[in-house]
Order: sequence, then structure tokens, then C-alpha cells
Amino acid sequence: MKKCVITVVGKDKVGIIAGVCNYLADNGINVLDISQTIRDGFFNMMAIVDMENGAKKFDEVSRDLEVLGGEIGVTIHCQREEIFEKMHRL
Amino acid sequence: MINFKEVNETNQMIENENLDVRTITLGISLLDCMSGDLEVLKKNIYEKITTLAKDLVKTGDEIGAEFGIPIVNKRISITPIGLVGSGACKSTDDYVELAKTLDKAAATVGVNFIGGFSALVSKAMTRADELLIRAIPGALAATERVCASVNVGSTRTGINMDAVRLSGEIVKATAEATKERDSLGCAKLVIFCNAPDDNPFMAGAFLGVTEGDAVINVGVSGPGVVKRAIEGVRGEGFEKLCETIKKTAFKVTRVGQLVAKEASKRLKVPFGIVDLSLAPTPAIGDSVAEILEEIGLEKVGAPGTTAALALLNDQVKKGGVMASSYVGGLSGAFIPVSEDQGMIDAVNAGALTLEKLEAMTCVCSVGLDMIAIPGKTKETTISGIIADEMAIGMINQKTTAVRLIPVIGKDVGEIVEFGGLLGYAPVMPVNEFDCSRFVNRQGRIPAPIHSFKN
Repeated sequence: MKKCVITVVGKDKVGIIAGVCNYLADNGINVLDISQTIRDGFFNMMAIVDMENGAKKFDEVSRDLEVLGGEIGVTIHCQREEIFEKMHRL
Repeated sequence: MINFKEVNETNQMIENENLDVRTITLGISLLDCMSGDLEVLKKNIYEKITTLAKDLVKTGDEIGAEFGIPIVNKRISITPIGLVGSGACKSTDDYVELAKTLDKAAATVGVNFIGGFSALVSKAMTRADELLIRAIPGALAATERVCASVNVGSTRTGINMDAVRLSGEIVKATAEATKERDSLGCAKLVIFCNAPDDNPFMAGAFLGVTEGDAVINVGVSGPGVVKRAIEGVRGEGFEKLCETIKKTAFKVTRVGQLVAKEASKRLKVPFGIVDLSLAPTPAIGDSVAEILEEIGLEKVGAPGTTAALALLNDQVKKGGVMASSYVGGLSGAFIPVSEDQGMIDAVNAGALTLEKLEAMTCVCSVGLDMIAIPGKTKETTISGIIADEMAIGMINQKTTAVRLIPVIGKDVGEIVEFGGLLGYAPVMPVNEFDCSRFVNRQGRIPAPIHSFKN
């Protein structure tokens, strides 16, 4: 399993989750966990995904998501899960 | 599974509090490059560096992109050139030639600094070591990326005062040789006591002879993260303050360990150490001085500064040590002046003097760092300052260092601009009372009594 964390932050609007998840589905990336909240009108989402069987390499996915974020009007980051795991778990 | 809060905390540190991996430093042993022929030696060195380090920058950038954390510098440390060139170099010009080869190799692989134009002379100098030291001004003037250092003392050997005297002259000569660029050469020259073999931070990095063929050492940073964390415990007792610093240092160091292991795996080079330092930059909010002020000082330099720094340095180590399997290098809080906006402000406000900085070096991780002094300062005075700093290191069994910049043509109150990570600095006054009779004595200061532990 190659776990990554995708974070999406920006002004709320219709179709943010759909936009991101459609991209992930189209590229064979499996969503393992997803949580989302609205704070002060700002959309916050975090998804843990498995890229093991994905169609594209990490850097391509990362670039695509950045472009997609630009189109939807949100900021999307994609990072390998270990950075969070190592920092917050013994 | 990782939760929202934890992901946000990490990304907040990276995006708003300047958390970064300051350097991945690839240590390369050049011992097997040695030759009696200068041309052969130059070829061997160039080929070894450009082969081993060819993927260093690319790999560092890839790791940074995947984890979403900036890896600011990719650098190289090498075996002290005083040793490597001892067979082939018959003059200072020969050593300058080697420096140019190093500069070319560094440019080819795309690293911004290569450290190890160095001599280890804590007890005495070989002829080759002395030639290398005398070549430093020419080497730093003729190159962009080469960093030089001289280890002139240690707790086990005492202080080589002949090397201290020579170092004062060399610092001044380097300033003269690079006076067109505000004596920038001196920013790439460090005089050490108890220099570590595995330091990844420039300008003092070199790969000691106790090390293997190649090694990955990583330096982490994050003064901004510590500052933000302790803002949350304002007014609380020391217990809570110290716990907060420790926990933060732990988190920061874990990132360094992760990056170091990943770089080691990808480059197929053994992992050496993580250097868990708070290394400031001129960026706003990336300041060690601001941490000290948050602890409770109006300005750095106020009474209480040394105690606050001692506390900070110790907690950073305590938190960081558990986060990494191997800790080394300098590890602690750096207190450079030009690279830290809070320090610069404190100097400008009249709160921080050279003497107070010297006191602070008793408890910080290194020493007098990136301090601009008047260009007219005498060589013997510079040697005297170096001797004082070396004595602090020798007696306290810690690494100390001096990186002073006597800015030719500038005097107290003027500003010198180095640019980039090196920042800018106000020229600070130096005690002008003479110490030449002291530094002109020949020989060495004996090792202290507590070095005899056998």
C-alpha cells in the first residue's frame, strides 16, 4: 500500500468533493478515509488514499491535482502519509 | 489512522512557521583519490564527486515534493583537503587549484556549497596543513561554492596557538581578498574547537577521517515552529515551557529522520546522523532570537539571555535525541547575527554586544557566528577573539567556532549586505585593547586537566 494524504482548502462551492474524487477514480486511486468540514465558510477536506494501483506516478498526480485545484478555485496538496505518521506517532 | 488535526498541524508548521529540512549533506571521502601528482589528484576528486553526487539534488527535490516539505539545501562535505592534498600540493597555488576543482565539481552536480577545504591542526600543523591554511584567502576569492574551516583546538589536545595566530591573519587576508564583495569570503571560513566529523551545516562541514566512504547527514531546522508552540504557554511555569520545546523538537527531528532515511535509501548511501539544530534564516518568523524573546526577554542580550538560551538548547537536544536513531553534528540552537532578524534588531537597539554573544556561546550549539566587525580590526585582536572562543570550547568539552567578518572599508554602525541565507549585519564594535603580546607567544595551550580520563 502506498498511502498519501490529499488536503483541499478553499472557499466552499458545489462539486469540490466530486471534482477531486472523480479525478481519483479515473486514475485508479482508492480512497481509504475521507473527512470534510466547513469552517468560517472555508471548505477543508482531507482524504487518505492508496496510490499503489494508480495509473500515474506520484509527481504527475500531484501536478494534476494542483491544476485541478486551480480550476475549481481551491488549493490541493498531495503528500506521502509517512510525514504525518512519523511526526505524530511513536 | 492520521487525523485532520495532525495533518493540519504539520502543514501549518510547513506553510506558516518555516519548518524545513535545512540540508541534506552528502559526505564523500576523498582519501582514495590521493596521489603525488596534482593533475591526477584533481581528476580523481572531480570524478568521485560528480559520480557519487550526480543524483543528490534531483533526489532531494523529489523527496521534498513527495512529503510536501522544503529541502532547502543539498550540499557536499569532503575529507579535509589539508590531508587529501598533502602528497600533491607543494605550494599555496596548488591548493587553490584544488579549490577550483572542488568548485567546478560542486557546480556540475548543482550543490550550492561544498565544505572541507579544511585542516585539522588542534595540536600542531604539518607543512601541508600550513600551506592549505595559507591558501584559504586565495581559494575563497577564486571560488563561489567552496567553504573552508580550520580546527585549532580540542579538549583532548589543548589549543594550537600558532594556528590561532595564523587564523587571525587568514581571516583578515580573506576579508582583504574579497573586499569587493563586502569581505564575503569570511562568511565561508570557520575556525573551530572540537569540530565534529559529521556536521552537515555550512560553512563548517567536512567529512572526518573517522567516517566511511560516503554518508548522508541531514540538518533540520524550525525556530518558527518552536516560537509558535511556546506562544501557547505564555506566562506558564518552566516545566510547561520546557515540555513544549521538547515535544516540538521531537516532531521537527522526526521529519529530519524520515528524510534522511529516504535519501539514504534512494541514493544507496548509508545514513549517518540527523543534526537537530535550530538554524535561523533572515526570513520573518525564522528566528532563534524571537524564541528567546518569547521566553521572556525584551531583547536578546538582556540579563537572562544566557539562561534562556541554555534552557532552549538543552530542551531541543532532549526532545530531538529520542526522535532519531543517530544524532550528531552540532545539534542545538545556532546564534548567528546576520542570519537572524531578531539578532540584528537586538544589535541595532544596543541590547546585544560581542561580549554578550561570547557568553551565549558557552551554552549554544556552536559559537560566534556571522558577526561583522570593523575592517580595521587588527589580526592579533581577531586571534585573541578566536583564542577566547576556543578556550570556552576546550574547557566545556563542546564545539565552539568563530565566523567573523572584518568588513574592509566599513566601520561600526554601517550595514553590510551578504544576500540570500547569509543575510545582512550591522558592523559591531570590538574591544580595541591590545592582546598581541599574548597571541604572539609560540606553541600551544596544554589540554585541560579534565581531558585525562584514561
